[in-house]
Amino acid sequence: MDVFRRLWAYIRPYKLQFILTTIILLAAVGVGMIGPYLTGLLIDRVIKAGQLHLLRLLTTGLVAASVVGSVLQYTHSYSFENLSQRVIYSIRHDMYNHLQQASFSFYDEAHTGELMSRLTGDLEGIRYFMVGGFPMLVSSMVTFVGVSIVLFNMNAKLTLVCLSFSPLLAVTAVNFERRIKQAHSDIRHQMATFNRFLQEHITGIRVVKAFAREKYEIERFRAENNEVYEKNMIAGLLNGRFGPLLELLSSMSVVALVFYGGWLVMRGEMTVGTLVAFNGYLWSLIWPMRQLGVLLNLTGWAISSGQRIFDLLDTNVSMPVKVNAYKPDKVRGDVRFDNVTFKYSGDVVLEDVSIDAPAGKKMAIMGATGAGKTSIVNLICRFYEPQKGRVLVDNVDVRDWDLKTLRRNVSVVMQETFLFSDTIANNIAYGNDNASMDEIVAAAKAACAHDFIMEMPQGYDTIVGERGVGLSGGQKQRIAIARALLINAPILILDDATSNVDMETEHEIQQALKRLMVGRTTFIIAHRISAVKDADEIIVLDRGRIVERGSHDQLLQARGFYYDIFKEQYKDLVAESVTPELVTDDEDEALWLG
Amino acid sequence: MARVNRFFDDEPLRRPFNKDQFIRLLGYLGPFKKHLLVAFALMLVATLAGLAGPYIIKLAIDNYIASSDIKGMIYLTMIFATLTIVTYFMNRKRVTMMTGMGQRMLYNMRMDLFQHIESLSFTFFDSRPAGKIMMRLVNDVNSLNDLLTNGLINVINDFIMLIAIIVIMFSMNVRLTLISFLLLPALVAIMFGLRSVIRERWQMVRQKNSNMNAYLQESISGMRVTQAFVQEDVNEKIFLDLNNNIKTAHMNAIRVNNAFWPLLNIIGAVGNALVFIVGVGMVTRGEVTVGTLVAFTSYIGRFWMPLSTMSNFYNQLLIAMASAERIFEILDTKPEVTDKPGAIVLPPIKGHVEFDHVYFYYEPDKPVLRDISFVVQPGENIALVGPTGAGKSTIINLLARFYDVTGGRVLIDGFDIRDVTLESLRSQLGIVLQDTFLFSGTIMDNIRYGKVDATDEEVIAAAKAVRADDFIREFKNGYFTEVKERGSRLSVGQRQLISFARALLANPRILILDEATSSIDTHTERLVQMGLEQLLKGRTSFIIAHRLSTIRNADRIMVVDEGQIKESGTHKELMAIGGIYRELYISQFNWLLAG
Repeated sequence: MDVFRRLWAYIRPYKLQFILTTIILLAAVGVGMIGPYLTGLLIDRVIKAGQLHLLRLLTTGLVAASVVGSVLQYTHSYSFENLSQRVIYSIRHDMYNHLQQASFSFYDEAHTGELMSRLTGDLEGIRYFMVGGFPMLVSSMVTFVGVSIVLFNMNAKLTLVCLSFSPLLAVTAVNFERRIKQAHSDIRHQMATFNRFLQEHITGIRVVKAFAREKYEIERFRAENNEVYEKNMIAGLLNGRFGPLLELLSSMSVVALVFYGGWLVMRGEMTVGTLVAFNGYLWSLIWPMRQLGVLLNLTGWAISSGQRIFDLLDTNVSMPVKVNAYKPDKVRGDVRFDNVTFKYSGDVVLEDVSIDAPAGKKMAIMGATGAGKTSIVNLICRFYEPQKGRVLVDNVDVRDWDLKTLRRNVSVVMQETFLFSDTIANNIAYGNDNASMDEIVAAAKAACAHDFIMEMPQGYDTIVGERGVGLSGGQKQRIAIARALLINAPILILDDATSNVDMETEHEIQQALKRLMVGRTTFIIAHRISAVKDADEIIVLDRGRIVERGSHDQLLQARGFYYDIFKEQYKDLVAESVTPELVTDDEDEALWLG
Repeated sequence: MARVNRFFDDEPLRRPFNKDQFIRLLGYLGPFKKHLLVAFALMLVATLAGLAGPYIIKLAIDNYIASSDIKGMIYLTMIFATLTIVTYFMNRKRVTMMTGMGQRMLYNMRMDLFQHIESLSFTFFDSRPAGKIMMRLVNDVNSLNDLLTNGLINVINDFIMLIAIIVIMFSMNVRLTLISFLLLPALVAIMFGLRSVIRERWQMVRQKNSNMNAYLQESISGMRVTQAFVQEDVNEKIFLDLNNNIKTAHMNAIRVNNAFWPLLNIIGAVGNALVFIVGVGMVTRGEVTVGTLVAFTSYIGRFWMPLSTMSNFYNQLLIAMASAERIFEILDTKPEVTDKPGAIVLPPIKGHVEFDHVYFYYEPDKPVLRDISFVVQPGENIALVGPTGAGKSTIINLLARFYDVTGGRVLIDGFDIRDVTLESLRSQLGIVLQDTFLFSGTIMDNIRYGKVDATDEEVIAAAKAVRADDFIREFKNGYFTEVKERGSRLSVGQRQLISFARALLANPRILILDEATSSIDTHTERLVQMGLEQLLKGRTSFIIAHRLSTIRNADRIMVVDEGQIKESGTHKELMAIGGIYRELYISQFNWLLAG
């Protein structure tokens, strides 16, 4: 019930609307009961007893009741929808804001699909309860009780006979809903598996074709398809069994009414008008029973959806924010790590790392996959927080910074490139709404992206991302670099930013970057010696520790880790026994052929 | 620069109805003709039995209650009860049958689509995102379900029911019937008019919702970038707009949607009142009985339902036809590369490859390859080098027959590859693509993809040979480590090694390899190079090479530029010529050094 208390918090701003709508709903139920009563009167008074002067009054009453009832029904159903939209609007807004503040560690664990289902399917659960479940609950309860009272007053025995099928009907309806719910959840699971299979199959179609595995895949598809069929059949057969059964039980009430009611009329215990009125009311008696299953289902759905929604909203996912956080007008760009230790889900990622990068310094970081390179970036931007030690920017602990100000002053090219479904120009201008077209083009040129962009059919207006043109890994990376360059922040971080571009382009990008790095504190994470060798300081990380640091020349002299990497990457030169100094365009061929 | 957001774009709402495609769609009902007839007969009987209800009540009131005929009353009740029970069994049989038929039909349709998609060439997949293809196989097929199973049969049934009601009413009393039909035009107008407005508005709601979903999907996936670039406020604005659009569209739909039944209700009440006003007079004059009057109001009440489903049918049809069109569009796409009639099975090959005056065009005036001829002996390793877009990939795509040559011939062991079956050709080639794709499943499963019946030992042996064994064993579950979505758990280099093992296990005579350009850490790089050496041993190979070591170890280097082979020979020979290759080679070294 906690869910409903939480839900009420969202309804409360519209308390008056909620109460009024519920009253209108009750009124509509009441007015709905007038019709059959008037019909009964018509038959007994007007037709049987010949009080013809009542005819006009009663028929006018019938029409009036219907008009008033319909207006009331329209009003409350519209108002409940309106209320539910307002509530869902605010819940969804809260959820989205919550997600926007969630830290990286939250997203490391979260699945996009699952979050999506909370923002869509689970909200639907709430909506259906508000516009379906709740009004249905109120109206069927009131109808059932009200009609029972009216009918008991008319004829108690007949009412009991008609009601005798109700328990059976209710049990069957509930049983049906329980089973069909299970069947539908099985279908959904199977569809998810089916979708996953297809998604993967289509993305990997080249491998399938390369290994000529089409027949094998068709067999796998057949198996999945068959499961979909089987699961749907289960639901279908349940519908086939229970649907007509509910129909049968309802109709049997009518049979009982005709027989017993007829008998009562014959014995003079009841009038024909009452019988007709009974007939009119009977559906109001049967309907709530038949709806019982649906009602339970809707309520169950709302509770479980609500739980998931409020669980998400209650998870503390954002970085703690300080009051009076540091918010300077101008940032120099000094970066310092003071004995930083960073653990991630129990594993030590960085251990006792100290780095000093005063404004304008060029740092490079090398190391094998998993050595902790990316964590350094993540700590500077405060995407994560260290367990020990401090990360300082401009001599202020990043935890004391205003988070947005800090991040605005760091531009990052991340390892995994992500482009939005938008034009290339807008993707480059992401984070910089005021950029002019000239600036965008300049950034693209610096990132060696301009040429391939111009080759696209719509140039800078080409839409990329999930909904647009597919780009190669290297092209995406170049757009991401342009995006970071356009920010013009004092601190620039390139995390393996050119891993997917070929050597020729990488070289060009590096030339361009050289100019742009002047005056900025830069962190370059890379595997190729060529990318790091001009840095003021190169740090070699191994399993979270700094094992070597110094300039290119110093590290070569040291003959340690860096030197090994160098040897490996330049062994072709060594094999040719060509020393680096000798390679130029004008060299004598004799040198090349060793 | 103003941000134009892509999530506000809607698709057009209206589509014309296409008769030919409707007929084609009905073709899927073909195998189930018998089922359909039986189901229809069952439905008809059940419907008519259902219609008997009010008439029985009329009989009870007029004939038996009035004359206190208890015996007759018992008979009547028994008939009524029997009818009800018979209806139950018939409905049960019908729903079960129709579900079975519908599901089988969807099964067939999905199977057709999938099999067809399997036969399509790369060009088809190049131009379509995976999501769009999936929509066809899942959503579009499902949306035909309603129409083909219940929709069609219901509409026919409802039509018959309407006729039956009209006949019954006329047979009971002509004048009363005419009176009660006075409001029919208003009814029909409201139903058909309102329905199409309602449909369009709900469609709008669906679009707004799907815009929101697409936006959320992207926004959540890209949240790291958003936070890094501090764009939360901008996002919130877009989100609120989308959120608002949903609300507005929804209320627009509700405004008309919720008016539907209340309006019908009022018309029904007016109709009833009319019948009473006229009917009461007729009863007092003895022209009709009380029972008839009561039955009449009952039948009028039953008039709405079939009319309403019929009015809905056209909308249902339009939606379903849009799906059908999209499905047929795929089924009508012709595969570009197919087995020609009488294609033979390529016998086990040695690995001799010949390109004989090969031309390839995507568009008539833009040749990709021009007059390429070369012969490769079994076991020879060929490195293809040259600038991006020069035609290297096209050469290997033609060899694997992912595309067909525009002119000339490609021969393997003397067979024109167009004369042999695709399966026998490709199963003898090993193809390693640049972007390594792994399927979800264990590492073991992924390597085994190269040879479905390989034993665990064979898989491990292949992994050992390409130097993948060590890192695989470092995982807690070793070879049974689950590779998650697209292998995200593994590094680029590790994925490459697995794809090498996969290719080695297939043990092809000819190996085609597009070397990855991604830079990987030095240790893995060394493993990849050693793995590659193992893979190439004793096979004819074509490699689009990026690594210097691969290039220099090749038996022959072909320099591809502007769609032609400009130079060909060993590293030493090409360096001696002093042409394009030498230039490329020197500049690569300079980039390495200059940084």
